[in-house]
Amino acid sequence: MNLIALSVAIVAGIGFLCALILSLASVFFAVPVDEKAEKIRECLPGANCGACGFSGCDGYAAALSKGETTNTALCVPGGNDASSAIAKITGGEAGSVRPMSAVVLCQGNFHNVEQKLEYDGVETCKMAAQLFGGPKSCSYGCIGFGDCVKACPYNAIFICDGVARINPDSCKACKTCVSVCPKGLIEMIPRDDVKTAVLCKNCDKGAQTRKQCKAGCIGCMKCVKTCEAGAVKVENNKASVDYDKCTGCGKCHEACPVKCIDLLKL
Amino acid sequence: MKWFFSIIMTAILTNNYVLCKFLGICPFLGVSKKTNTAVGMSAAVIFVMVLATITTYPINLLLVKCDLEYLQTIVFILVIAALVQFVEIILKKYIPALYNSLGIYLPLITTNCAVLGVVLLNIQNGSGFAESVINSFGAGLGFMLAMVMFSGVRERLEGNDIPKFLQGLPITLVAASLTSVSFLGFTGVVEGIFG
Repeated sequence: MNLIALSVAIVAGIGFLCALILSLASVFFAVPVDEKAEKIRECLPGANCGACGFSGCDGYAAALSKGETTNTALCVPGGNDASSAIAKITGGEAGSVRPMSAVVLCQGNFHNVEQKLEYDGVETCKMAAQLFGGPKSCSYGCIGFGDCVKACPYNAIFICDGVARINPDSCKACKTCVSVCPKGLIEMIPRDDVKTAVLCKNCDKGAQTRKQCKAGCIGCMKCVKTCEAGAVKVENNKASVDYDKCTGCGKCHEACPVKCIDLLKL
Repeated sequence: MKWFFSIIMTAILTNNYVLCKFLGICPFLGVSKKTNTAVGMSAAVIFVMVLATITTYPINLLLVKCDLEYLQTIVFILVIAALVQFVEIILKKYIPALYNSLGIYLPLITTNCAVLGVVLLNIQNGSGFAESVINSFGAGLGFMLAMVMFSGVRERLEGNDIPKFLQGLPITLVAASLTSVSFLGFTGVVEGIFG
């Protein structure tokens, strides 16, 4: 009997002591929680994509709460809703977020390009790109193993005919895919209204490009001549559109002989 | 000095807690996907193992004095759990950077069998205080060695074309068993060196 009482007393005593120390510690070493940051954190989408330039949503919330930044428009996935919600908490002015969508600038699908080698290695774009610039005849184009598909936190990207395509309805413009693509094919394009975009990144000369891809930009300058707004220019044997100047008239699309300029409705 | 190294090397190689005694397999399989998380987890384990040995040693003396050795397991679980919670609170307050990197692993260690195993085996072996502390430090280092090595193996596995029926946990277990077999080769090495 005595032994039982002693053992119970010892275990209970140690348990009580531990509880006492822990409860005292939780009082004396309590960390004040930043309530403002918590509230701001709730307004953010929680994708931790890093588009704002801080380390995840927590980092951005903490920076806003401490006043390290007053710009409420840095969260692109959250958009204007998040911006105005944050502005209500911080008491500052809500900045407006320009809605963007990511677009894969390549049309090198199975119909337009050919396979220059039989690739049998690890099926990631990063690995395939190291072997002669990828298995397709155009070494500037989309490899189509879907590194961006795996990286997208919103499942907005899919592979269609060997080329990555982004669903603008699901895209939250977090830019995660932009840094993943080994060919740098993904660009952010403003969603405002109809825009034209050059769906090619091939820097080779026209004749060379023609051999590689049926829809590759050959740098023929026709788009530059037709554009009334002066938004299109050709550099490095490929055309590019200044999205701020583009009016979306579609004349360059009609003029383009290879149809690598497309009208996007984002 | 010789006995110090002898204890450490034994704990790391011949008596590796993960690969030879099969304690702490849960974090070994769970947190070894990336090398930096593996290092973080192992650092937390080393820290907690040493602290747990230091705190449980006097408690064991008390239990021995009252002839209640059979209570060791239950009391040690209690003490280690409380200790880890306490360490977590202190870290959160004073070293938030360390808390952010170790924070998620600390609750995992609360009921880690490797930590409890080190403490109980020290007592079973009849080790003194210094010897126990050194042994638990070595055990932690051994845990780290196993984790870091295995995370390297797993990172290599990622890039490979694994048959579908082996993908995920099965291939991880196969790799773990091979790593464990390789550690059998250390049997007798320490005795050979330190006599």
